[in-house]
Amino acid sequence: MISKTRENLIEKGLFITAIFSIIAIVLIITFIFREGIPIFQDYGLINFIFGIEWAPSDGKYGVFTMIVGSLCITLLSLAIAVPLSVLCAIFMAEVAPEIMRKILKPVIETLAAIPSVVYGFFGLIVLVPYVRTNIGGTGFGMLTAALILTVMIMPTIISVSEDAIRSVPLEYKEASLALGATHWQTIRKVIFPAAIPGIITSIILGMGRAIGETLAVIMVAGNVTQIPSSILDPVRALTSNIALEMGYATGLHYSALFGTAIILFMVIMVLLVIANYFHYKKKIVIGGGYL
Amino acid sequence: MDVKTRNILVLIIIIALAYFMIKPGSDYERIEIAGSTSVQPVAEKLAEEYMKDHPNVRINVQGGGSGMGIRTVQQGVVDIGTSSKALKPDEKNGLKEYVIGKDGIVIAVNHQNPVDDLTTEELRDIFSGKIRNWKEVGGPDAEIHVIVREEGSGTRSSFKSLVMKDEKIRSDAIVQGSTESVKQAIKSDPYAIGFVSMAHMSSDVKALEVNGITPSETTIADGSYPLVVPFEFITRGEPVGVVKDFIEWVFSPEGQAIVRSQKVVPAIANVSDDT
Repeated sequence: MISKTRENLIEKGLFITAIFSIIAIVLIITFIFREGIPIFQDYGLINFIFGIEWAPSDGKYGVFTMIVGSLCITLLSLAIAVPLSVLCAIFMAEVAPEIMRKILKPVIETLAAIPSVVYGFFGLIVLVPYVRTNIGGTGFGMLTAALILTVMIMPTIISVSEDAIRSVPLEYKEASLALGATHWQTIRKVIFPAAIPGIITSIILGMGRAIGETLAVIMVAGNVTQIPSSILDPVRALTSNIALEMGYATGLHYSALFGTAIILFMVIMVLLVIANYFHYKKKIVIGGGYL
Repeated sequence: MDVKTRNILVLIIIIALAYFMIKPGSDYERIEIAGSTSVQPVAEKLAEEYMKDHPNVRINVQGGGSGMGIRTVQQGVVDIGTSSKALKPDEKNGLKEYVIGKDGIVIAVNHQNPVDDLTTEELRDIFSGKIRNWKEVGGPDAEIHVIVREEGSGTRSSFKSLVMKDEKIRSDAIVQGSTESVKQAIKSDPYAIGFVSMAHMSSDVKALEVNGITPSETTIADGSYPLVVPFEFITRGEPVGVVKDFIEWVFSPEGQAIVRSQKVVPAIANVSDDT
């Protein structure tokens, strides 16, 4: 009898917490949209999204350069981080001896726990001068920001990918090896394809962190509102724009920053939909169910 | 009720009791200050010293920028707004300004940079993008990396009105979100130039003479250094009660000594800027 009541209570409790998180998200979205709508009405949706000039003191609110900036930084960092992380995950899950894995895993997890301001400061002190003297430009730019982000998102991609690879049923591996495939062939043809949905999930999570990261990017990206012509050019990300100017904004400027948040929201939605599409497309159907 | 549930309940009760015990009492007089990040350190120091002598007063100092200081005091959210620029005529309505001190804007370059002196015209040309190479102003043959603060920053808007006049800051200048990151950027880049407030100046970077005048307390106080900005406390209407007392204390010799200790030039001699 008592266990029944308890079960009931726990069930209700879980339900309430779930509802609460949904309500929180709905409230946040409503608030952002309510504050941001005036900029679309006064300035025009097309002008706002495709305008390339951002000069709040002159009444110009175009966020296109920042959409490009955010996408460039995110994609560039993914391009560096994904191959590195996925290979690292395969190594840790399949190749590395247990002792090595026991050392590597906590080290990589520590990377994820470092606050982003520390990464930003490290970037400002070490990476910016390094890029300036060895590669070129002012040091502040897309490449530097992408490098910092790469280090920040790698732990996420590695741990989630590794879990995905390890959760591939042992029977697959045994079957493949039994057929005479080498270990590398098994990894490449069986384990990796079977783990793809999980790896894509890890990339989605990494992408989310990259596009949402604000502080570290502000410190190293240069924050210039321009369409970059090379990877050394400074860019401003959507998140940086909000964080940089929120303290000063009034009136239409304030609304324009919430408008920026709406655009950021849209960009993330689009990227999530694309990533999810691949996630489901790659799912392997076995015995009538997903793997 | 098993042991676990009981333990959790006991814990909750302890936390609740502790909360009520240390809950900030309502018998304190509170002053809320918010605004310019340049004024913030001085304001914090002033608040700290004032609270030592007046234990019944709690002063809460926040940053956010000059714009926010002006806005929030206008809306009545805070008692005192702080600003590192004088109010524009359209911002004035009903607000009262107190210049608690003066700060200089220092033009900072890297220590390796041989340039020691620039005129305001040269500064205008550098920040607007007309001069793009250090050799045009007597430096090495290298591109000038201009570093500025973000739009809305008090230091930036003071710099604009003091130096740029009607010219625009070049749109491809690197933007940094705080004085500290401007300094760090200049410290590591021999070809960078930027502006920081005198109160935040340190030996990390080299201060340039402007029109032949070195920025210092003396040259700022006597007005010979061209780039001077006021540090202001702003209240909505005539301050009353504890806020009035605090502002009066800031202008007392004791308060002004604290202002000076924060590398801000005291304004005791010229309390004329009140509306």
